[in-house]
Amino acid sequence: MANLQSTFLGIKSPNPFWLASAPPTDKKTNVIRAFEAGWGGVVWKTLGTQVKNVSSRYSALNYGRKAVGFNNIELISDRPLEVNLREIREVLKLFPDRAMIISLMADNNRKNWHEMVKKAQDTGAHGLELNFGCPHGMVERGMGAAVGQDPEIAKMVVEWVMEVANIPVITKLTPNVHSAVPGAIAAFEGGTNGLSLINTIQSVTGIDLDTLIPNPNVGGQSVFGGYCGPAVKPIALKMVTTIAQEERLRNIPISGIGGVTTWKDAVEFMLLGASNVQVCTAAMIYGFKIVTDLCDGMSNWMDERGYTSINDFVGLSVPRITKWEQLDINFHIEANINQEKCIHCGLCYISCEDTSHQAITVERGNPYNTYTIKEEECVGCNLCKIVCPVNDCITMVEHRKGSEYLNWIEYQKRGLPLNDH
Amino acid sequence: MSIQKNRLSKEVFAENFSDVHPPFEHAEGAVIEAERCLNCYDAPCAKLCPTSIDVPLFIKQISSGNIKGSAKTIFSSNIMGAGCSKVCPVEKLCEGACVFNLLKEKPISVSKLQRYASEKAISEKWKLFERKPSNGKKAAVVGAGPAGLACAHALSMQGVDVTIYEKEEKGGGLMTYGVAAYKVTPDFCKNEVDYILSVGGIDVQYKKELGKAITLAELQQKYDAVFLGIGVGIARSLDIPGEELDGVADAISFIYDLRTNDYSSIAVGDKVAVIGMGMTAIDAATQSKRLGAKEVTMIYRRTENEKPCTDVELDLAKLDGCSFIWLASPKEIIGENGKVKKLVCSKMKLGEPDASGRRAPVDSGETFTIDVDMVIKAAGQMPYEEIVNKSSVQNKNGKISINEKSETNLKGVFAGGDSVNGGKEVVDAVQAGKDGAKGILEYLGL
Repeated sequence: MANLQSTFLGIKSPNPFWLASAPPTDKKTNVIRAFEAGWGGVVWKTLGTQVKNVSSRYSALNYGRKAVGFNNIELISDRPLEVNLREIREVLKLFPDRAMIISLMADNNRKNWHEMVKKAQDTGAHGLELNFGCPHGMVERGMGAAVGQDPEIAKMVVEWVMEVANIPVITKLTPNVHSAVPGAIAAFEGGTNGLSLINTIQSVTGIDLDTLIPNPNVGGQSVFGGYCGPAVKPIALKMVTTIAQEERLRNIPISGIGGVTTWKDAVEFMLLGASNVQVCTAAMIYGFKIVTDLCDGMSNWMDERGYTSINDFVGLSVPRITKWEQLDINFHIEANINQEKCIHCGLCYISCEDTSHQAITVERGNPYNTYTIKEEECVGCNLCKIVCPVNDCITMVEHRKGSEYLNWIEYQKRGLPLNDH
Repeated sequence: MSIQKNRLSKEVFAENFSDVHPPFEHAEGAVIEAERCLNCYDAPCAKLCPTSIDVPLFIKQISSGNIKGSAKTIFSSNIMGAGCSKVCPVEKLCEGACVFNLLKEKPISVSKLQRYASEKAISEKWKLFERKPSNGKKAAVVGAGPAGLACAHALSMQGVDVTIYEKEEKGGGLMTYGVAAYKVTPDFCKNEVDYILSVGGIDVQYKKELGKAITLAELQQKYDAVFLGIGVGIARSLDIPGEELDGVADAISFIYDLRTNDYSSIAVGDKVAVIGMGMTAIDAATQSKRLGAKEVTMIYRRTENEKPCTDVELDLAKLDGCSFIWLASPKEIIGENGKVKKLVCSKMKLGEPDASGRRAPVDSGETFTIDVDMVIKAAGQMPYEEIVNKSSVQNKNGKISINEKSETNLKGVFAGGDSVNGGKEVVDAVQAGKDGAKGILEYLGL
């Protein structure tokens, strides 16, 4: 069985699964339950000047019966700072082998940040995470995403923190920017030890069509909330990749966050450069027990691939994401329908016929039609394979247009024809 | 051994005749099932529906929470969509065609979903259809069964004023009088008929039988067009000695009595033989058992492979404890003091395929005898040959002949349903009614 032992900025945890700073890490009771369930570490819910929360706080985007997107309007911890600090100390004693990171968000002045950092590291915690990403409530007070969205302020705050920090500091980045890179570089220049991303994305998940009040409803009103859950994973993966590919950030560890629900999601974040992952929504929806399969699934996958340490695969897929003009235009695939496996649902046909390339023929039958690919029309777009409900019924078969690698820049240089249909 | 009524308690009757296919108890159940649907293109389920209900669409509408739209999708193709969801042999129609069968997975519960949306529309009296204003054209429909009601509804929608002549005191035809009570309750049948008629423009004259209360000639004179949806009559006779004995019943009358009276008043034997293996035979056998018969034996002249009922129906009978004798044909009913005592059967074997494509039963020459006190005949039904001949409608052994526009040899007289096809499913009759309406509308220039 593969070893899932993780070391992030020198902070050890038995596995790379941390609970992100959020409601599940708000108090001792929850964190103990999480550690008992097997989580590798937690990022304690953000400490700062005590706040007041509202009711209700969460809403979701459902696809079918399942929530694919989750939204919250909670602020940072609404419990007294002293209570949080005491409980952190108590948990550290109970679970010395787990990672304990404290998320911080101080009022925007040097003195206040210094005080917060000192109080936090006095607990014996292993690291700090700077919350530069919270998109609601704190922004209006000049904190959270308001800091993360302005690289200059971000750099300044990191510098303040690093002046007194004696444990590793992770800066958590906001996705509510056109690119996460400038904020990441600013944090790096300010001296941060690591980065974590993404925080939540501003959103409106939906409206109650009876009352016409958007969710979550707080006495007839709502606000933009922070969106997370499986729906944001692709956006998070993209943002993590941009950091992983940035030359100036080459040696800075990344903690990947955003919709991690299964071990596969976690592996994907790590393949794109994250050294570990943080999870919140999946735990909130299914409970802490999900960590069992996160660990087990990743470990089995590693065994099958022959990886003995999680470091064996971190970043392996990063070079596979390139610029469009570097793609090989001579690469060409065509769909093939396995008639033995086909269940005649016609979804491939109608999607191709209505919205793509009219590359599938239908031979009417009663009640089952027969569908076949018109190879000469197929552009290899994958749509039919995506909509097919049967595994491996539609396969994409390679039929290169030419043997050599030929990218768009070269293609233009040679003046090759554009109209190939 | 005797034929007795009131064999069971009121509670047991209620339990025995309660809904055999319970509906979704909660909206969540319907949505979970609806979301399982792949929403196929040119869907095989819809293709095998005789009324061509757009199944993927109505299921999609359930999952999107648009139940009104779903009900309208169903009723637009099949105005008896609610009843059909309970009585259709779906395992050989929509659900049998579901592509999940090809994955060896449970097919989508099309009928249960259809029932969910359509029953909701009926119970909440949703007004989903608005008829065009009357255009002065008048049509008579004979028979308020599935064919007649479907025809009347379609005609009324286009502004034709319709009068239905019905010999019974209730509408619904075989749905009301000829289907097992555990499939459709009398209340349901009434509500369904009321819902269909609520579109307006349809006047039903109950207890008015064609040939008695009114003649076809009179209808032709009074109305611009006539639709005959008169169905079929009693069970085909066995033509064997002893058929006149006390204790020989025909399945249609047996079920009719059961559907129109209290269960306690229906007499059933200790040992019942049911002749036939169609849906009506199953309904007669299971209901005999549910009335308290000790032994029910179904007798069929071919094998299980050739049976006209579906596997699901056969399972119902098996679960009810009926037994089966395959490759047997009744030869003689032996009586004592005028009452059924024994049934003599010929042992059959399978010969060459007949016109139906199934291997024909051939008498082996051997016989066997079983003790019975009641014999229920359910080997097909007889068309109303006399009525049809009296009205000089062209027919084949009583089955009315129509052209591709559903018109008979008589100008302006159309027909459809069991009276034309000799007896098929409710859903086939509904489609025949729709076809008849289409023919009439064209004939009337509408």
